[in-house]
Amino acid sequence: MPLLNEDVDQEHHIKPYTMNFGPQHPAAHGVLRLVLEMDGEVVERADPHIGLLHRGTEKLIEYKTYMQALPYFDRLDYVSPMNQEHAFALSVEKLLGLEVPERAQYIRVLFCELTRILNHVLNITTFALDVGAITPALWGFEEREKGMEFYDRVCGARLHANYIRPGGVSMDLPAGLLEDMNAWVESFPKVLDDLDSLLTENRIFKQRTVDIGVVTAQQALDWGFTGPVIRASGLAWDLRKSQPYEVYDRMEFDVPVGTTGDCYARYLVRMEEMRQSLKIMKQCIKDMPQGIVKTNDYKISPPPRAEMKNSMEALIHHFKLFTEGYHVPAGETYTAVEAPKGEFGVYLVSDGTNRPYRCHIRAPGFAHLQGLDFMSRGHMLADVVANIGSLDIVFGEIDR
Amino acid sequence: MTNDVQEDTAQEPEASKHPLVTEGEDLKVVLSGAVLSYEIVCEQLILNVTRGGLLAVIAYLRDADSHRYAQLIDVCGVDYPERAERFEIVYQLLSLKHNKRIRVKITTDEETPVPSVSALFSSAPWMEREIWDLYGVMFDGLSDHRRILTDYGFDGHPLRKDFPLSGHVEVSYDDEQKRVVYGPVSLPQDFRVFDNMSPWEALTDVQLPGDEKAGENPHMPKIGWKPVSKVSE
Repeated sequence: MPLLNEDVDQEHHIKPYTMNFGPQHPAAHGVLRLVLEMDGEVVERADPHIGLLHRGTEKLIEYKTYMQALPYFDRLDYVSPMNQEHAFALSVEKLLGLEVPERAQYIRVLFCELTRILNHVLNITTFALDVGAITPALWGFEEREKGMEFYDRVCGARLHANYIRPGGVSMDLPAGLLEDMNAWVESFPKVLDDLDSLLTENRIFKQRTVDIGVVTAQQALDWGFTGPVIRASGLAWDLRKSQPYEVYDRMEFDVPVGTTGDCYARYLVRMEEMRQSLKIMKQCIKDMPQGIVKTNDYKISPPPRAEMKNSMEALIHHFKLFTEGYHVPAGETYTAVEAPKGEFGVYLVSDGTNRPYRCHIRAPGFAHLQGLDFMSRGHMLADVVANIGSLDIVFGEIDR
Repeated sequence: MTNDVQEDTAQEPEASKHPLVTEGEDLKVVLSGAVLSYEIVCEQLILNVTRGGLLAVIAYLRDADSHRYAQLIDVCGVDYPERAERFEIVYQLLSLKHNKRIRVKITTDEETPVPSVSALFSSAPWMEREIWDLYGVMFDGLSDHRRILTDYGFDGHPLRKDFPLSGHVEVSYDDEQKRVVYGPVSLPQDFRVFDNMSPWEALTDVQLPGDEKAGENPHMPKIGWKPVSKVSE
């Protein structure tokens, strides 16, 4: 319960103690420097200092072609890389007016949902670690590694995928991948049940999370919260349902909604989202159509290597694509996807050349971390850690 | 009725009944003093607004029953150095109730402050601090006007188009002083910008030198080149 400091006698009032939390604190989830004004052990004000991981991504993208800009998106929120590539690919496709082959759309949805599970496993287990439970992290990371092996098999990289490109995906699924993913999807609910049994009714976990960092629906709107955080506050808002992109409108899944808006509700929402993601993955694997995986417009996506051996045109296009890149018609778009952490948006301004004129990245964590101040006021110091964990903070996307 | 005569720069709508056109026209009438024009780009509605009318427009969009843009999703800047008012400040609003989005734009220059929307939306301060940090646009009414993303004591506004990509300072660890020191950027090779723009038939209408005849061939596909099945040879 929040403790209020109103009845402290004025003459006994002690000047608030200022404490520096981070930037090398393991529970800060990265390079968060949090300046806390404390009254005893009660937080009076939390002032996050961010930017310690600022790499100037937006500036760098202005100097790169559209193709070279894509890998920067893997490096924003480095635990959900494909969802962010997806946002950039969708925005470029919108400006180009490009249709994506159906198989590519299914592959994108399949891997975005896999990424969501990987992200939530990381978040829930490290969150539990922050509030004192070490076993979920040990169990969860083993499963996470299995998921990242699918990343490895489809694009050759465990983390920085560079897989979802404007026009489709970079290459087709290797033989046998869908069968193995299906087996993983079948076995994963057991892992979720294990995590569930470790945490959901765990007395210590509930003492640390229930009624901590309560966010009302009105506050969630006002502070620009999105994703699991706004859903935990009771608003059934999910871009996959409300503004469906790719083939999400063909998928059957539910949007879990919390009622209390506290850290525990955010945990519960994420747990249920993983089960829904498994459902979507199952449908994708079942309905996966045959066909090409990237547009056959060779002005956008490179021609197949076999064709380059015989066709001069194909060779020219390959060369021009990887030097000059493609030109995107002048225009601007704001395209958002439901990333695991919330609404990830790309505001892309094109001036008709081969480089973006401006590419602004709307990171969900940026808005969430701003709300940490009001969520933590009146709580104990240890509850700040619970709040940070439940907001799913990753500094790659916040600092950009 | 105000006596301001605004020129309508809205694009010609293909279907005149498009809901975004209706919404844009309605907003232009209701907020006639503040809304300069509306555009529809990529099926998204954009309102160009005067600086002075910004707060009224945002408050109206947030509170009017037919809109209820209850979330300020994003605020960002764009720099156009060739314009008289070089900065554009772009507000992205989202209505959960009506499931729609709108973009509100104002312009400003280096000196003129922009009214802060932090009194209307709690999500605004950090986004406005970011614009101050990266573009140097000041916000009138923003209580916390510190930098947010760049280093402590940073000089300059890095997302301006005239700020060099490499920056001005670099840091290194000095073993004698046992601390991190700042110094001017020294690159072993000069920073190079490759101008790859060529008369390659591209997707855009940009007329590049040498590309004048690209549109004359009637057999050439409008967009892109499709492979001819010559592989068998």
